[in-house]
Amino acid sequence: MSSSSQVTESWISSFCGLLGHEYFAEVSEDFIEDDFNLTGLQSQVPMYKEALEMILDVEPEEDEDEEDEEEEDDDDDELLGDERPTGYRRASDRRHLRMASDLSVIESSAELLYGLIHQRYITSRPGIQQMAEKYELQHFGTCPRVHCTSCKVLPVGLNDSPGHETVKLFCPSCLDVYTPPNSRFQTVDGAFFGTTFPSLFFMTFTDVDIGGSRSTSTGAADALLAIQQANAEAKTRNNTTPPNVTSVNGVAPHNLGPGLGPGNIYEPRIYGFRVSERARSGPRMKWLRMRPADVTELDETRRYWDEHGEDGERPDDEDMNMVDVAEGKGVSVERRKKMAGRRRRPNGLDVGGGSPMDTNEATGAVG
Amino acid sequence: MDDFNSESDSDYTSYWRDWFISSRGNEYFCEIDEEYLTDRFNLTGLNTEIQYYQHALDLVTDVFDFDCDDDMREAIEKSARHLYGLVHARYIVTTRGLAKMLEKFKKSDFGKCPRVICEAQPLLPMGQSDVPNTSPVKLYCARCEDLYNPKSSRHAVIDGAYFGTSFHNILFQVYPAMLPPKSQRRYEPRVFGFKVHAAAALGRWQADEREKMKDRLKDAKIETGFEEEDADEEEEELDDEDDGMEIGDGFANRAPAQA
Repeated sequence: MSSSSQVTESWISSFCGLLGHEYFAEVSEDFIEDDFNLTGLQSQVPMYKEALEMILDVEPEEDEDEEDEEEEDDDDDELLGDERPTGYRRASDRRHLRMASDLSVIESSAELLYGLIHQRYITSRPGIQQMAEKYELQHFGTCPRVHCTSCKVLPVGLNDSPGHETVKLFCPSCLDVYTPPNSRFQTVDGAFFGTTFPSLFFMTFTDVDIGGSRSTSTGAADALLAIQQANAEAKTRNNTTPPNVTSVNGVAPHNLGPGLGPGNIYEPRIYGFRVSERARSGPRMKWLRMRPADVTELDETRRYWDEHGEDGERPDDEDMNMVDVAEGKGVSVERRKKMAGRRRRPNGLDVGGGSPMDTNEATGAVG
Repeated sequence: MDDFNSESDSDYTSYWRDWFISSRGNEYFCEIDEEYLTDRFNLTGLNTEIQYYQHALDLVTDVFDFDCDDDMREAIEKSARHLYGLVHARYIVTTRGLAKMLEKFKKSDFGKCPRVICEAQPLLPMGQSDVPNTSPVKLYCARCEDLYNPKSSRHAVIDGAYFGTSFHNILFQVYPAMLPPKSQRRYEPRVFGFKVHAAAALGRWQADEREKMKDRLKDAKIETGFEEEDADEEEEELDDEDDGMEIGDGFANRAPAQA
């Protein structure tokens, strides 16, 4: 079907090469040709068939059209047939239509259709892999927040249906969303990336180290080094997470908002003196960038059962455990008590290659 | 020097400064008044900081008439920019300076907050240190109270000490009416409509911290400065209950589309 293309560059690669389309991955033709992946898109895209042909660079030919005709009839039964121009079924008419101004309509339909397929594609295995390569190459840019130290970001939509919001960038370091720095991305629909993609990405690639470049730039002045050192000290002093915890709520402690917490929160000062919280212009938003010093505090299931101690309805350990601990490392007696009842997994099992539909994560996600 | 000269031909009085603030990359600076620059008290201590101090000052105040070669001229030019920057840090915390910077702030001359939930809140320039050559200028958002890197590399090379660590905080103390209402809304990472547990648990913990802070402020009978407080909380709770099925719905409803 796709072999009839005589163009040197496919529609897909020329679309992805356009200015402002740098965030898009090239969806493989195999993915598009699988009808299952396109379920439900017909109702969302006008001139669906033509748009699909354009994406796949299929030249409409008489005999080929005849073949497709039956499929289309089926489609029309399910969907509103009257959306389409009259005389739609006649291949000759259709060609004629395509010559005319309809071409621009089809072009925009093709872009919409491609975007919606793209939203699905990047959550599929090959798609997410392709996006991982783009992520590594920093195609999506870095977080503008100073304390995220140029952490790499991923595109995200704030809505899964098109026409609501433009594409935004998700920073895994501060778990926040930002507007892309360049205005050329303000024409790209956020739905073409979807709300799911970035979170699924970090659930899939759990071994990606998301913290930005913590490098102290060479030749940095003494005063800056002093600031950085103070921050680093604040971080270590306030980081009381037991060193053997490998995962809390399905995320490694060092990957849970690494740009947040003590040392990463802006402290307003006037001539060196901190502005009081009680001042009218005092800090009110520190909570947004906070993170507990001991991340096991976030294990809500354990905390709940610690407070409501009746053992009667207590779920078994497997169900209530959201903290993974590495074996064989020294744990203080107090910690050991705290850890009692936590599942121990061999280290490394939860690193890498976890399936997006892993039951553990799903349980976590419903929370 | 010959102040006489500069006063006599008024077309030239702010020639160098005009050129400086209108040149590309210097959009963050405001124009320092002549009187401020010529008052030696305001320049206390800068003579040890700056090479060719006197020539640089002459250049900035347009009374420069020193015959020198191009290299020297360039060195003085560089010193003059540095001097202007350091005086600028002092000037913008004066009444007149604050008023000038406020106008620029209102026009969003320093850019807008990139954070989606801040809804294009205008930013203010700031430095992380008052010592020159320590770190480049950053931008402060009064809505999320966080620091951001300037978008443009032109601005990313400006010394933060030319704005200082105090200016943006002083501005809001002097003009409290300019404080934007703080928002309790936040981004919630979701997968197929379901909140991601790790992020959601952290979010709940942060919300607890926020409530603690609000209680502290309430005890002290101080306004918290959050917008639509009660409505927002109720909505949040409702949202929590019937959450899940409608993808991104909670967010879309509460975040008006940006221009």
